[in-house]
Amino acid sequence: MFNSAFDAIVPLLCVTLAALASMSAEAFRGKGERMPIGGLGIVGLAGAAVSCVLLWNRNTSSFGVIVADNFGLFVTMTLIIVGLLTIMFSSQVLDLHDLPRGEYYTLVLFAIAGMIMMATANDLLVLFIALEIMSLAVYVLTGIRRDDQRSSEAAFKYFLLGAFSSAFFLYGIAFTYGVTGSTRLDRVGTFLAAQSMADNPLLLVALGLLLVGFAFKISAVPFHMWTPDAYEGAPAIVTGFMSTGVKAAAFAAFARVFLSAFEPFSADWAPVVWVIAAATMILGTVVGVAQSNLKRMLAYSSIAHGGYLLVGLVAANQVGKAAILFYLLAYAVTNLAAFGVIAMLGARDRANDELRDYAGLWQSHPALAALMTVCLLSLGGIPPTVGFIGKWYIFSAAVGSGYYGLAIIGVLTSVISVFFYLRVVVMMYMAERDGAPALPRVGAVGMTALAIAIFAIFYLGILPTAVLDLAAASISTIF
Amino acid sequence: MDGWLGVLIMIGLGIGFAGVMVGLSLLLGPKNPTPEKLAPYECGMAAVGDARERHSVKFYLVAMIFLLFDIEVAFLYPWALALRDLGWPGFVQIVTFFLILLVGYVYVWRKGVLDWGPVSSRVRSQRPKAA
Amino acid sequence: MPETLVFYLLAALAIGASAMVIGQRNPMYSVMMLIASFGALAALYIQLDAPFVAVAQIIIYAGAIMVLFLFVVMLLNAPQEDRAEWDRSHPLRQPGVTRFGTLMALLLVIELTWALTGPGRAVESGAAPVSSVREVGRVLFTDYMFAFEATSILILVAMLGAVLLARREGEQP
Repeated sequence: MFNSAFDAIVPLLCVTLAALASMSAEAFRGKGERMPIGGLGIVGLAGAAVSCVLLWNRNTSSFGVIVADNFGLFVTMTLIIVGLLTIMFSSQVLDLHDLPRGEYYTLVLFAIAGMIMMATANDLLVLFIALEIMSLAVYVLTGIRRDDQRSSEAAFKYFLLGAFSSAFFLYGIAFTYGVTGSTRLDRVGTFLAAQSMADNPLLLVALGLLLVGFAFKISAVPFHMWTPDAYEGAPAIVTGFMSTGVKAAAFAAFARVFLSAFEPFSADWAPVVWVIAAATMILGTVVGVAQSNLKRMLAYSSIAHGGYLLVGLVAANQVGKAAILFYLLAYAVTNLAAFGVIAMLGARDRANDELRDYAGLWQSHPALAALMTVCLLSLGGIPPTVGFIGKWYIFSAAVGSGYYGLAIIGVLTSVISVFFYLRVVVMMYMAERDGAPALPRVGAVGMTALAIAIFAIFYLGILPTAVLDLAAASISTIF
Repeated sequence: MDGWLGVLIMIGLGIGFAGVMVGLSLLLGPKNPTPEKLAPYECGMAAVGDARERHSVKFYLVAMIFLLFDIEVAFLYPWALALRDLGWPGFVQIVTFFLILLVGYVYVWRKGVLDWGPVSSRVRSQRPKAA
Repeated sequence: MPETLVFYLLAALAIGASAMVIGQRNPMYSVMMLIASFGALAALYIQLDAPFVAVAQIIIYAGAIMVLFLFVVMLLNAPQEDRAEWDRSHPLRQPGVTRFGTLMALLLVIELTWALTGPGRAVESGAAPVSSVREVGRVLFTDYMFAFEATSILILVAMLGAVLLARREGEQP
């Protein structure tokens, strides 16, 4: 292999070029002509995946601002999987609602490019631009169903609050730059290691503002207000994409900034994140129990899962850091598959996302009901699925660092959450289908994607060692 | 801070000129108002309806596209001034930047955002389809 | 101390105009006040020896963004902001919420004042002061090269999103 300054951005370039290509293809597409733009995206993502494998363990960096260390590459791989599954699930949904295919795929690819940039950025300024690329694309995707009022409202709420939080984040970057004189994370870290918080209250302000910005993106309490509305209003497949991709990218950046550059001040931020983690787990679970809309329920479940991930961040030991990476992958595959099922069961005039729409699903769609059950059990953390392994490692990391309180809250909320996941399962298998219109059939591409996801859930649940070792190897490079 | 005095003088001249013109016509002009003179001037026609009409979303779209290309062009100023220091690497960078945005320009053009009015869209639909 | 005097004058203008933006009932006047606020900010940037930021402020904010704002105001066609009935019944308009928001804003001001006037505010930052437009260009195309190229992608996404969301219904080819 030849070495060059561009090595570290190759995965990013693959996805970006695919996005530019699909945008050009859409521009030159004739009226009514069909083009395999989704295939273009798959090619780009596959290229990115191959380059990730080639870059593994090489620890390259480009221009000093993008680093392809193992941590970034692990998250990049997770994001590529999210992208591939999303594209495979989308095809049927796009046809159903007559959505603009070319623009949809272009936005998904741009969003993934932004996410990869976030996961590998070593500079706060690049991090901000990446965050904005990702966010803008996802805002538009949220509102892409222009005939649907809920979709537009969701996009509007998400956009307003998102822009507000971006301002907080940018303000935090400005203060960090003002105090340390650099936006590069490594230089910020070196500077901060020689400082103490008492010397400089401005650092406290910077830390707080950055925390608010990140907490919003991972929808941690009390910055979660937008999540239920945005997740419920967006098309189901977009909800799946943003609840996994955005969360993974934001968490990767969160971990990189707080566990490397701001590591010297962990005594200052850890108690705050402790409280946020506890509140996020409790609120996500308790409010989730009361929901009757499946998408809204999964939105609260996604908030709760963000809380579990924060536990790993607070614990901040070797197990905890590896557990964050593993959990991100586990959650991404499981949650995306669950939303894929909801998306593909949607009809043209009916979203079919209420809990009672799933009554007797077992009779009409036996395979789909079984797959959905696996996803829900994995989200609930029941062995032998991947959700169990992920939670196990997160909580053992918390115990290892002496955070017994968080571990207890985590286990208790997990137990409660099983109640609302099981409620859907009971609905699918025990209830009778009474008079509701029949659910549509699911296409072959979508079923293939679901099968892949289910295989991953079981494989990672039963034989997690290989991937756990990869996760453990990933964190050794930066922390 | 130096060298901004000229700008200040220019702003002063602008405000002063406008103020003097309006002030002089207030002071020296004969005042003989009639209802017709007080009505808003609309090319000599009698005013029809309210000026506050709902504008087409097309205006907004064009303003948005203008804003984005305006930001693009704003990056040209520092590049042009640092041209000699930057040399070819700087040239390659600005060309890359513009090539990426060219994709957006082609997209906007092809999607007919820049077309205005029913005539051009009719011409578009009669054109043979691109392969 | 004429410079200090000019600073306080411009700062007062910026803050006053910004306050008027949210105080006005007529959105058209709000937009005009916003232009005044942007102008005062541009002058402040000149005082800070940042001419590029000042000129960009005029070209992009007072120019392009204001045009956009005006079109949005004309598009929404709302001559009086508080005519809509949802305005009063909206949960964010209730006194408790408003007071809470004001309290948080005040807290932020107090916190910033405390942090900026507290000990250790005179940190020697490692960054060399960048003043002239030429210097900005040099730094932008060397140190911040990647961020610059990434900005083009950001602009592209914004363009795609604007076209996609603002295109009229039934215009999809």
